[in-house]
Order: sequence, then C-alpha cells, then structure tokens
Amino acid sequence: MTHLATYVGLLHHSEQALADSLRTVGQGHAQEADVFHVCETLARLSDDHMRSLTPIAHRYGEKHSGEDVEEPERLYADGIGTVREGAVGLLRDLQDLCLLATLVQTSWTVVDQAAQGARDRELLELAQQASAHTSRQLTWLNTRMRAAAPQALLVAP
Amino acid sequence: MADRIVDVWGTRTPHERGTEWPTRVDQHLAEGVREEDVERWVPSACVLCSNGCGCDIAVTNGVMVGVRGRATDAVNHGRLGPKGLYGSWAWANSPERLTRPLVRENGRLVESDWETAMGRVVDVSRRLLAEKGPLSHGFYTSGQLFLEEYYTLGVIGKGGLGTPHMDGNTRLCTATSAAAFKESFGTDGQPGTYSDIEHCDAIFLFGHNMAETQTVLWARILDRTRAQDPPKVVCVDPRRTKVAEEAVRTGGVHLAPRVGTNLALMNGLTRELFAHGWVDDQWVEHHTLGADSLRETVEPYTPEEVARVCEVDAEDVRRAARIFGESRRVLSTVLQGFYQSHQATAASVAVNNMHLLRAMIGRPGAGVLQMNGQPTAQNTRECGADGDLPGFRNWDNVDHVRDLAALWNVDELTIPHWAPPTHAMQIFRYAEQGSIGWLWISATNPAVSMPESARIRKILQSRKCFTIVQDLFLTETAEFADVVLPAAGWGEKTGCFTNADRTVHLSRKAVEPPGDARSDLDIFLMYADAMGFTDQDGAPLVKWRSPQEAFDAWRECSRGRPCDYTGLSYEKLSGPSGIPWPCNEDSPEGTERLYADSVFNTAPDQCETYGHDLLTGGTVSPTQYRALAPGGRALLKGAAYEPPHEDTDSDYPLLYSTGRTVYHFHTRTKTARSAKLNRAAPDAWVELSPSDATQLGIDEGDLVRVESPRGAIEVQARIGHVRPGTVFAPFHYGTWDLDEPARAHPSRQANELTMTVWDPVSKQPYFKTAACRVRKIAASGRPAPAPAHTASAPAPTRPPGGEGGADAVTPSREHADAPERPSNPPRSV
Repeated sequence: MTHLATYVGLLHHSEQALADSLRTVGQGHAQEADVFHVCETLARLSDDHMRSLTPIAHRYGEKHSGEDVEEPERLYADGIGTVREGAVGLLRDLQDLCLLATLVQTSWTVVDQAAQGARDRELLELAQQASAHTSRQLTWLNTRMRAAAPQALLVAP
Repeated sequence: MADRIVDVWGTRTPHERGTEWPTRVDQHLAEGVREEDVERWVPSACVLCSNGCGCDIAVTNGVMVGVRGRATDAVNHGRLGPKGLYGSWAWANSPERLTRPLVRENGRLVESDWETAMGRVVDVSRRLLAEKGPLSHGFYTSGQLFLEEYYTLGVIGKGGLGTPHMDGNTRLCTATSAAAFKESFGTDGQPGTYSDIEHCDAIFLFGHNMAETQTVLWARILDRTRAQDPPKVVCVDPRRTKVAEEAVRTGGVHLAPRVGTNLALMNGLTRELFAHGWVDDQWVEHHTLGADSLRETVEPYTPEEVARVCEVDAEDVRRAARIFGESRRVLSTVLQGFYQSHQATAASVAVNNMHLLRAMIGRPGAGVLQMNGQPTAQNTRECGADGDLPGFRNWDNVDHVRDLAALWNVDELTIPHWAPPTHAMQIFRYAEQGSIGWLWISATNPAVSMPESARIRKILQSRKCFTIVQDLFLTETAEFADVVLPAAGWGEKTGCFTNADRTVHLSRKAVEPPGDARSDLDIFLMYADAMGFTDQDGAPLVKWRSPQEAFDAWRECSRGRPCDYTGLSYEKLSGPSGIPWPCNEDSPEGTERLYADSVFNTAPDQCETYGHDLLTGGTVSPTQYRALAPGGRALLKGAAYEPPHEDTDSDYPLLYSTGRTVYHFHTRTKTARSAKLNRAAPDAWVELSPSDATQLGIDEGDLVRVESPRGAIEVQARIGHVRPGTVFAPFHYGTWDLDEPARAHPSRQANELTMTVWDPVSKQPYFKTAACRVRKIAASGRPAPAPAHTASAPAPTRPPGGEGGADAVTPSREHADAPERPSNPPRSV
C-alpha cells in the first residue's frame, strides 16, 4: 500500500470535517439566512466528494489516523463542534471554515499531483473537479467575510 | 370610454408585423369634469408600473382632475392602463394625506413641524456618527422617487456619510434583472426595446403575467397576436393566466412548472438548443465565452428529466424549445415568477444565454426584456441608491471609485467599496442586531412588502433603531416610525425617471403638495444642509437646489458610462416622446437597442461587476476576471438545479406563492384610494386549484386558514386557475384601511407566510418558495373578493359554492356610485 492511501484517508476525514462544520455553522447562525442556506449547499459539495472517493479507496486503500499512520497525523483537524455567538462570532467561525477548506484544497492538490504521476485518469478528474469545488467553497467564505468584517469589527454590539 | 376595470386592455388595434403600432388615446377625467373644464395639461409619465407610459395630467383650480395618454409617446402611443387611468391622481386629494411632520412622544406619533422633526433626525444622526461612525446609518428607499432624488440620496449616503447601507425596495422587485444583465453582458442595461414586439415571430414570457403587471405592453402584444400574422406566445407560469391562454390560442405552449424548479426547465430548454443544432456556432464563437461549459452544465436536463423535476409534459418542453430554435426573431420577457423564485439569477441568466446562443440580441424583434417592477426602479439602480455605485460603476474597480471621488471631490476612502453596498435584507438584519441604529425609509412599506412580516414588524417596532419614514400616507411602516416626514407625490414635484426599456421621461409639477408636505429632494437637501456635508475644499457636498440642477449633476456622473445621459436635458425631454439612453454626442436621439454591434460591456475597465458563482454568490476576483479576457464578449453562465430551500412535507403539503392583481400596485397606498380600483379588488383572497379544493372540502368563497411555519392568514378562497399543489396569494393587502375590530382578526397579509431567504447573487428575496397547509374555517355563502376578469377568475370546470356563481363576482352595488376618494373596504369575515 502506498502513501496515497494515507492521503485518501486524510481527504475523507477533512472533507467530512468540512461538511459537518459547514452544517454546524449554518445551523448555528441560522438567523443569517444566507449563511444557513449556502453552508448547506457547500456541505453537499463535500458530500459528493466523499462519495466519489469510494472507488478510489477500493483501488488504493484508505488509511486513517491511528492505523499505523505516522504522518500526516498533525494535519488531522477537528471540525467545529459549537458555534460562537454574534457578528464577531460568525466572522471567526467563517475563518475556521476557511482553514478547514484550505486543508481540503491542499490535500486535493497533493493527490492531483500523485494522480498525474500514476497516470490515473479517474483520480485526476476527481481531484481537479473537487479542487474546483473547494475553490468555490473558499470563494464564498471569503466573499462573506469581506462583507461582514467592517460591521462586525466596528459597530456590532 | 369603456369601463377599463372590465375591459382591462381596451379596444384592439391589430396590425401586421413590421408596421407601426396604431395610436389609441385613453383618457379619464374625474366625475363631473368635462374636457373644456381642464385648465392645463401638464406633461408627465405614469408611475403605476414599470412600463412608463407618457401622459399628461389634467389640472383645474390647482387640483389634478384627470389623465390622458400621450399619442406621440414611443412607449404607449396614447394608451393607459386601468391603474394609470383610475389610480394616478385619486390619492392626491385624499384627506388622509400626511401634511405635517410627526414625531414620537410618549410612545405616540404627534403632529409637529419641520424644525422639530428634522432636528431629531439630525441629533440622532450626529450622536451615532460620533459614537459609532457611519456604519450605524442605513437607508431603505424605493422604486417610486425621481432620478434627481436618488442621485442626491446616493451622494449624501456614499459621499457624505460614507455608509454602504443603502438599498431600495427595488431589491424586492428588480434586483435580479440588474444582476442577470451584469453576469451576462458586463453591466446593467436593458438590451431590447418595446418596439421589438412589432418585429418578432415568437414571444416568450418567463414568470411574467404581463397581462396584469404591464397592461399597456400586453395590449401591444395583443395587437400583434390578434392580427393576421400573429407571433407564437410561450408562457412559463404556474397559473393559467391570460398570457397562458394567449399562448395556447397562438399555437404556442403554456409550461406550468412546479414552483421552485425554473432553473431545471431553463436548463432543459437550453439543452434542446444544443441538441438540435439551433446554436449559431459562428456568432457564439466570436461574441461569447463559456459555451462549452454551459453545454456540459445543461447536458443532464433531457426533456424527460425536466418533466420529472418540473412536473410538466416532456413534449411541451420540446415544443417550446423548437419554437425558440426555429423562429427567426424571438423576444423574451422575464419578471417576478423568475426574479422572486428559487435560483432567480441563474434562471434569468439562462434566458440571456438562450438569446446569445441563437444570436438573437440587438436587432429588431430579437431581444431580451428583463423587466422592472416599478416605474423608477431603473433610476434607483443607475443613481447608486441601491446596491450599486452611481453610473453602473464597479465597487471592486479602484479606478471607478477614484473617478467618483474626483467627481464629488471627496477622499476615495469615504466611498465604501470593500464589498458591494449592503442589500436590503442585510440592512434589516443589522437593524435587528442593533448595529444599524438609524434607518431612513423613503416611499416604501416594508411592514407589508418584505418577507416574514412578523419578523419585520418586530424590527420596526423595536426602539433600538431610530426609524424615519418619509411617505405620502401613514403607512403600516410609518406607524412604527420615530419620525414621519410628509412627502410630495407624483404631479406635486418635478423630476425624471426611466422605464424598463431605458426610456427617460420628464414629469413636471402640476399642483402644489398639501400642507407642509415637501418633495423628497427638498427633504434630502434639508438633511444635507443641517449635517453640513462638505467636499475636500470645504464647499457644500451637494451643490444643487433644484431638480434641474440635480439632473445636470447626474448627467456629468453618467458621462462615458453605459447609461450616458449627457445628450439629455430638461429642454430635450420636453418633446413629444420620452428618449431612451444612452443619449450622447454619438447618439443624439437616444438608442433603441443595446449591443447592435455585438460588443458587450464586459471589458475589465468597463464592466460593473467581475461576476459571481451563480450557485453561491461567491465573487470572481479582478485578477481572475482579467484572465478570462472577455474583451467585449458576452458571458454564458450556467448552474445546476438545486431543490428549493423549503419543500412540501406531510405537515405543509402545498406550495405557497405570492403575486399581484392588475388593479393594485404594491401595498395599495395609492390604488386603494381610487374607488374604482378598490371596488375591483377590495380584499385579500387565496387561489386554490379545483382538485386541491375538492380534496380539502373547500368551496368557492369559503373562509380558509393558510399556514406556513412562519405565520398564517385567514381569507376567502377562490377556486381558480393555479397549478394543483400550489396556493397563490396576492401580496397587496395590509392593515391600513381596516378599522380597529377588523385589525383584531387574523391577518390577511400574504407575507406572514413567506420566508427570509434570498438569491445568492441578486440578493432578491424569494417570495415564491414556501410550503403551506390550508383548512376551511367557515362557509361564507358568497364568492371570494377576487377579480373576475383576470388570472384570478373562477375555474370554469367547477361551479362555485353559495349563491350566484362565477358571474356574481362584480362590485357590490352599495359602492357603485361612491366618489373617487378613499373608502375602507369591508373585511372578508
């Protein structure tokens, strides 16, 4: 089994953490109607990626943290368990989501490179599509943070 | 003249394709006024829908007494609709007009004077500016003011205070139109013109009940469909509207998709264009970007898949697409059925896409009309009184902001441009949270018109946010205000406005406003003076006093932009017809169609936005956009269909959709004060399909309770023409004209049920995405108070319960001779 199996496991874990956290933040900030609905839409993108990983895991195997995986266990990120309150809380939660999504994206980048080396067309297509989707997730998070930051930092109670 | 309550569209004047629409002059004078009694006819244009019909106001003894369509005007060739004829001026003489400022004392609004009222506005403004800065200030304006007023407001908000929190109620009606233009063509700006009706072979109306929302435009279409060589009509609407009937009559198609599935249908129609080779490949190659990606996006939407998602006939999808694919000139119009429904921007962009794929843009008969809801909504968008910078400038383009700062002579950092200007729903959210503490609402009635009424009432009621309401009447919203400012209305002030096909009209002051009421422009100037806003040289920031001076200032702001007004002036606009922008040295008589040269406003230095992800609303960065190198090519953008945010379940098994009737405009502030219009639609109702009504044991006229997870209404049921599984409710009815006992009854306000959710790109709230349930409360023995001559007519297949039947739905006799002044309609209980 190659180290790619470790990364399949890492991807699975980080996509799951991102999807769960998007839903936690969306539901926790449901009073922000756009956050509630868009977070659900974005979480569904991650759901799709996890489903698409199944045939890949069959071929390369999948190793998870604690299963003799020495590295990169430090990269395993915990999702967001509870949300913070108020406008500033939302801002920080969005920042947390950005960190999780960035981990997902760099993991796909690494897997994309490996897929090229392995001449694995199926994995390559998945990695490129998933990476594009992760960019969409990050773009929305950034757009929302930029709009919210001045009000949250300067005037929010 | 015929009774235009019954004969809504007037006498037909059919004519052949390519010939000019014949003139027909419509006129209405107050009872007892003869034509020879009219002392003056004052030039104006109608403000009771977005069509913008040229008209003249009849004046006698300093009072408006009538209105007449202008024969020479390009928009209407003399015609006026029922709202224009009967509703234009009846409100002006109402004893209920606000004539003095009101201020809140010990919890009650009491009469005051301008010094006191404006003093309070300014005191709170200064205090909050000192304590919290400009982000504590918000403005929620309208699609009803004049261009000069919006521009002045925009300068005060963006150049004076420096707050991004300014939007119009245009967010509720027309934001998606602007957003769709920006995504496809680079900037706002209607590509087509109304005269495309005279040249087209097919007309597609997407979510647009034009027969009721723009009656004169519909009359223009009927004059073609009733001629020897009619265009085929295709209608997308969940109700069997008059438009839908005309579609069937002309050999077109009526598609009634399940509410919330528009994008799936549009993707299916688009796929058919690709699949049958109806795409103009060469033109698309030269003038667009994104065709391959769009083709991939729409590939899964076969007619059968569309039939499954939208619950329509696959064959109807094929037929509709074939009409689009095989006609030489197609005109499309789009309105609230798309703008206020799920995936609004993506579905409206899809209409633009279909025209681009067929190269049907910028030539006679081949055009797009993404309509507006309100008469002056275009100006709210142009002048920067909504979520845009003035002159269609791009908030994300440093050069555009710098340009504006130089024009106003202010520091560019004063103009907020770190994100798009705040949209209305977010402004109310900030007020709810307490970070906006001063909110100025002008000429709009959010207490009735915004979604989830209970929430909006709570925000307005809370004394956390100091609220100023500026209006003609004590609206439901004004009742919650801290300060109420009495405004002059149409005919009582001078100013310009621009209709949905970019035609600019000048509306002259005909009479004096009542009491101490002042024009909105004067009120805004009063605030600017009191605040002492200055430019970088210490001169007053707002350098004009009169409407004409304001217009001239705006003209400079528009210079070189797509909405170029530099060739227009009050003198030029005093001619026989309105003039469409851009009007400048290159086009001194205005411009009928945009993009006739197939060059779009997408160049990075020109465009108004760098674009968005249609699924999420995430913004494209300037660098990413430049890398696309659009260079004047239009953008084809697609998105996958996603299920709506609230679907039916066992608790709420029906879909709920709100909409309009021909006889009322908005929350009836003006139209219910016309006795004729009020009698035609005196009270709220809901429409059910015959099959749902049978299943629920509901008969015509029964009092029913309609509930969603957010609220409930109790109104009479009309067994009508709505799609099975769907409940339709008119959104016009609030509480202002109910007496105290009636106010204690359960609400009749459609927005009690709607949800707080908006489109990710246009930020337009969805009024047509909610689940509901209906149950009978009591039989009433009489038909619902719904109009009988429109889409709200009773279903023919099922005789209504109670006595009388369908034909009994006529105005009650006791009101038949009522004078044209306010009357309180009886509650339907």
